[in-house]
Parts: sequence; C-alpha cells; structure tokens
Amino acid sequence: MEFKDYYKIMGVARDASQDEIRRVYRQLARKYHPDVSKAPDAEVRFKELGEAYAVLKDLEKRAAYDQLGSDWKAGQDFHPPPDWNAGFEFSGDGSNGIDPDAFSDFFSALYGRGFAGASPGRGAFNSRGEDHHAKVAIDLEDAYSGATRSITLQRAEADAEGRVAMRARKLNVTIPRGVHAGQHIRLVGQGAPGAGQGKPGDLYLEVEFHPHTHYRVEQRDVYLDLPLAPWEAALGATVQVPTPSGKIELKIPAGSIAGSKLRLKGRGIPGNTPGDFYAALNIALPPADSETANAFYHYMTEQFKTFNPRAGLGV
Amino acid sequence: MESEKKNLPQVCGIVLEEMTELTLIEVSRACAVHAECIVELVDEGVITPFGREPHHWRFSGIHMRRAGVALRLQRDLGVNLAGAALALQLLDEVNALRARLKVLGSRH
Repeated sequence: MEFKDYYKIMGVARDASQDEIRRVYRQLARKYHPDVSKAPDAEVRFKELGEAYAVLKDLEKRAAYDQLGSDWKAGQDFHPPPDWNAGFEFSGDGSNGIDPDAFSDFFSALYGRGFAGASPGRGAFNSRGEDHHAKVAIDLEDAYSGATRSITLQRAEADAEGRVAMRARKLNVTIPRGVHAGQHIRLVGQGAPGAGQGKPGDLYLEVEFHPHTHYRVEQRDVYLDLPLAPWEAALGATVQVPTPSGKIELKIPAGSIAGSKLRLKGRGIPGNTPGDFYAALNIALPPADSETANAFYHYMTEQFKTFNPRAGLGV
Repeated sequence: MESEKKNLPQVCGIVLEEMTELTLIEVSRACAVHAECIVELVDEGVITPFGREPHHWRFSGIHMRRAGVALRLQRDLGVNLAGAALALQLLDEVNALRARLKVLGSRH
C-alpha cells in the first residue's frame, strides 16, 4: 500500500502545534467541503484531509505515526514494521464526524478499522454508501423532447493493493422531458457502494445546458434576440423565428420598438407549468454601402426632420 | 460505438424538484437522522415544508437535498445550525450569481 504523508496533505510542518493543526484543518475543511467547493477533486481532497486530521489531532496516533520516521515519501510502497506500535496505547474513538469507512488502507493497517471511530450502534460494516454528485450537460433541445445521454463519471476507487485511482464509469441516463438547468436528477442506488449489508448511496446529477448560440434560458423561459429590419418594425410584418421545437411564423405588430419583447405563451421548456418563449426585438440597420442606399438615407434625413432620437436625453 | 452504447446500463432518474409529496419520516430516513433533526431545520427556516403541523408536512426533493447539505456542514465543519443555515443561504446566492454570470457571458 502507499505511504501517506499526513503532514504534507495538511500542509503543516512536522513540529506544528496541536492548535495549528486544528486551525489548518478547519480552514481546509471549509475550503474543500464537497457541498461548498466546486473543484472536481474536492471530495477526494476532503477525505484525505479528514484522514490526516484524524491521526494528527490525536496525540497518541500522531506520536505513533511520527515514530515511522520522516524518511517516507508520499506514494512510496509501505508495509508497517512488525510491532510498530508496541508501547503505544490508543484510547477513545474521538472521530468527530469523519466517516470511518472512507479511510485508506494505509490508515487501517496502522490503526485498524476500530480506531477509525465507529461509534456504537452505527454498524460500521453495514453502512449505507455515500451519495455522489455530478453534473450533466445537455442541449436545450433535449429539455423539449427528452433524451438519453451517456455520461462518464470519475470515481476514486481503491484497488486490491490499496492504491486509489480515478476510474471512469459509463452510464446511459434518461433525461426526462421538461428538465431545466439547476434541477437535480436523483438516480437511486448509483452512488458509492454500501459496506456489508448497507445499501448503495444515490447519485445526484445537476443539470446544466450547453451554451446555445441563439437562446438564453432563465428557469423555464427561453429568450431569443430577434433582429428586425426598420420597416418590419415600423410597418409590421410576419417573420420566421427559430424556436427549440422548430420554426414558427411570428406576427410583428406595426410600431414595434427595439428592446420590447413578444411573448409566446407555453413555448418555453415544457412541463406541468410550461415556460414561455420570448423574442426580444432589436433593429438591424441596412448598411449605407451603395449609392442607392446612401441616397435613401439622405432622403430619410429630409423626410424625418422633426424626429429626434435623443429627445429622451433632453438634448 | 453504437453497440457499446447499447450495452451500457440504462438508468432512469426522478427530477428532485418535481418530487413534492415526501413526509417527515421519509426525509429523515433519506438523511439517516431522527425526525427531530429535520424539525430543527424547519424551525431554523433552513427548509420550509408545505402544510402546518409536522404530521401534515410535505417536503420536496429540494428540501431533502438542502437538509442533507445542512446536516453534512454541521457534522463536517463543526458549525452550529444557525451557521449551516447562513452558509446555505450564501451558497444559494453564489449559485444564483454564477448562473446569472453564465447567462450574461453567453450573450455576446
């Protein structure tokens, strides 16, 4: 099994005081807590940290660990010397909320599972597996129709020699129609395996959308910036508009202005209360890049003498 | 490639946000704590179930998840209930801001 350098994991010197170790643990625990951190390796770091702290905060365990000497390097192949802990008396459990099943084989070889702090009645060998969390990115169109996505999950697993490696696991997940970003899909029993008779944990997938070139999504509502020619906005028109469920014909009322929104009720993400689809209007100006176009803009200058686009600014 | 895809285990999930009818017992069982712990979370305002009396309470999947996070923060970070509630509230805000930033970032 691999040697674990608990001092290095916590980033403290070998002669750090108990107070310093406690302080550093608290800081790092807040930083790497899987419910707080967005880092992909937060869960692994948090577990390592918990194990390191379980040893270093306990004077007896720390003294025994120190006795192994400082020549060991993290990851080095390690077998505990015979009677390595003779003369040390371990007491108590003292694991404050650290999951004993999560500790490495290195820890178990040194201190035994019992010292990891299984509290009475908790049944360390029949505990439920941990819940896992992951993200799944889907296209907006998938939310309209439902889809099957094959996802690859990285999971830290220990092999027979106790080496922890990231292993990829593939699953085909049915994405229900009407799901939207920020929602969570719960897959019962797809988390970490339980110990003994314990049930496996659940896998929670947080849904997010791939960024889309045309659409923005807020909750169940979908927004599209829709460019109009000045005459379409002024005179009214029927124009083709893409939506995630297909092209539609949209009637633009005469006198539409840039910045206004046209709502298509119920054409957002489907569901019991479906979202709406909004076309946010903006005006595209034809370039004055030919003689005719140029002449036409001059003609407009003449015809719209009283039009002041900056009237609202008081100038 | 296609055949490989077909051989993968097919799993079907439930959207948490759409589970709305969980009872106090079901939530405490899912979080592996006594019902009193969930009642404390409700008293602190961490989660707000539908219904007045505890035996009429109905929780959503999101309540269940929030309860789990609040319990883990207390257990792992040594914060008390009020501290966990504050952390959750701030996490909500950070997540809302992140989502907003993402929408704005994809706009241009």
